[in-house]
Amino acid sequence: MSDSQSPEGAAKPLLELRDLATWFHTDEGTAKAVDGVSYKIYPGETLGLVGESGSGKSVSALSVMRLVPSPPGFVERGDILFRGESLLPISDEDFRRIRGNEVAMIFQEPMTALNPVYTVGNQISEAVMLHRGLSKKAAREHAIEMLRRVGIPSPETRVDTYPHEMSGGMRQRVMIAIAMSCDPALLIADEPTTALDVTIQAQILDLIRELQEDSGMSVLLITHDLAVVAEAAHHVAVMYAGKVVEYASVEELFEKPRHPYTIGLFQSLPDLAKQGERLTAIPGMVPSATNFPSGCRFRTRCSIATDLCAGTEPPLVSLEPGGAHTVACHHLEEASKL
Amino acid sequence: MSDSQRSAPLLEVRGLKKHFPVRKGLLSRVVGQVKAVDGLDFTLERGQTLSLVGESGCGKTTAGRTMLRLLEPTAGQVLYRADPTSEALDLFNLPKKEMRALRPDLQIIFQDPYASLNPRITVGNAIAEPLLVHKIATGSEVEDRVAALLKRVGLRPDVANRFPHEFSGGQRQRVGIARALALSPKLIVCDEAVSALDVSIQAQVINLLKDLQDELGISYLFIAHDLSVVKYISDALAVMYLGRIVESGSADQIFNDPQHPYTRALLSAIPHADPKKRKKRIPLTGEIPSPIHPPSGCHFHTRCSLVEDRCRRDWPETVALGGGHQAACHLVQGASVTGA
Repeated sequence: MSDSQSPEGAAKPLLELRDLATWFHTDEGTAKAVDGVSYKIYPGETLGLVGESGSGKSVSALSVMRLVPSPPGFVERGDILFRGESLLPISDEDFRRIRGNEVAMIFQEPMTALNPVYTVGNQISEAVMLHRGLSKKAAREHAIEMLRRVGIPSPETRVDTYPHEMSGGMRQRVMIAIAMSCDPALLIADEPTTALDVTIQAQILDLIRELQEDSGMSVLLITHDLAVVAEAAHHVAVMYAGKVVEYASVEELFEKPRHPYTIGLFQSLPDLAKQGERLTAIPGMVPSATNFPSGCRFRTRCSIATDLCAGTEPPLVSLEPGGAHTVACHHLEEASKL
Repeated sequence: MSDSQRSAPLLEVRGLKKHFPVRKGLLSRVVGQVKAVDGLDFTLERGQTLSLVGESGCGKTTAGRTMLRLLEPTAGQVLYRADPTSEALDLFNLPKKEMRALRPDLQIIFQDPYASLNPRITVGNAIAEPLLVHKIATGSEVEDRVAALLKRVGLRPDVANRFPHEFSGGQRQRVGIARALALSPKLIVCDEAVSALDVSIQAQVINLLKDLQDELGISYLFIAHDLSVVKYISDALAVMYLGRIVESGSADQIFNDPQHPYTRALLSAIPHADPKKRKKRIPLTGEIPSPIHPPSGCHFHTRCSLVEDRCRRDWPETVALGGGHQAACHLVQGASVTGA
């Protein structure tokens, strides 16, 4: 990544979320799945969005894609800017020209995202016929070319197979081929390797990186796996209970995590612990989105929480000018001793 | 561990095979065999953790289930000694009734406890069930045992009246562990037991499993694909590829001195939680071949970067590399292992 793509550089963000809140109004109450989230993705960079189940990382991405089931889900406040322009006022019809074209998304389980009754070739062709107005024949040629680009052997025959005839890794490659078929500026990858074996995961991460180098697209990589982030991301936003609690470059975050939750996540990793040594687990569990604690939402699991944390929500503040590393914690001094 | 214990492991698996017939057509004729598990040998020491690792489809889950006779084995022996001094019993040769009597010793927990717990039975009753079936406790004693078990796995005893859907994934896995613990087992097969959990919850469950092992001397057969968890929890490892063990040894030997090209490639594929360690991977092209038509010779030769002619022809013998470290590769030099 060149310096011009870093936050300090001159480049404008491709995608920016400003204080976005997406709530679900359910019988059990209002689930504030995303509740005031801001992050930026610069051209050509990969932003890793990390968090546990229920942290709101997927819902923030689905909000960008306008794929949040509504009702019950609504964007309550905030803004989503793409190339500097708000996506929210755009009509559904106009939005379809962006979704799948300029912004594409891949999911954890390609089998449920792919249509089982169409050949993979049909499914790749669909996007370019819709968005680029290609003829059926040209779209088929394009589909074969895309399959070749994502590393599927003998694409000329594979183009006519159905999703169930492929392995999980192959299906994820097909998903990527569909997503890449219109040459998007932003690829949102929601846990793209979670269901895959570690060997196949490595292949898929390499593939996404190669495609990114070729096309210069940005990637929003959503994952619960810090190791995947370390491999693939340039910047990282850590989410907890509907909020971003820390944002930094990947090197900075892994070297000097500052938020007690981020520190806790690292200490939970068996990867970094010595064999036989006890893991330092974060006690308790992620609070329910219908009933977040007051003040700092992590305070119920935090070992250094005080009355201040219960009363006042800590804002996301910059550790140094420029906003390269931001943290939302009242007790950074104490946290540094964790 | 004393020498006498070392000489009498809890479990010795010899030549374990499980083949599934492939049927086709109107008459369901058998047209082939899936050799899901094709001749495994491994030993599980008392109070230790042995991990079976490999990609999906390598047969690790089938191996765990066949070993417990949850699937009928095709061939092999599983020699079980309840105590270091007791005589070895071959689980595969026991009459059903005697096998049933041994079941309490041999438990299993699964990846998704939601799928293995009955949604219409309270967790208290689910944990009590094995106690009643095996007539270990009766009457009010049952309730006390259930309360103690829930406490032991870090849940409040009053959750006994709740149903599985009222719990989070981590809590359900604790219920699964409590249920397995109810019969004071000697061995728990943990089949991807922490794979579905978030990292902070996963750490809690791993700590719980370790505490139980230290306290109760339980052995674990840990079946997993996440090698960083395996590295942390295992004493010994066996790496499987298409139904066979390609390398086995202590956790230290496998992680710090891997010999088989497959083990090396597998280890190099693990992402590290350190952006400075983004390293060159050993490319492992393609995917695990179908076990219905496994490649000739060494099953791994189609994906191996060091492949030679003999690899395509002959299955490599397992050789001993010293200190219990074994590998099955033509390119690895070592002493011949007899009877393995």
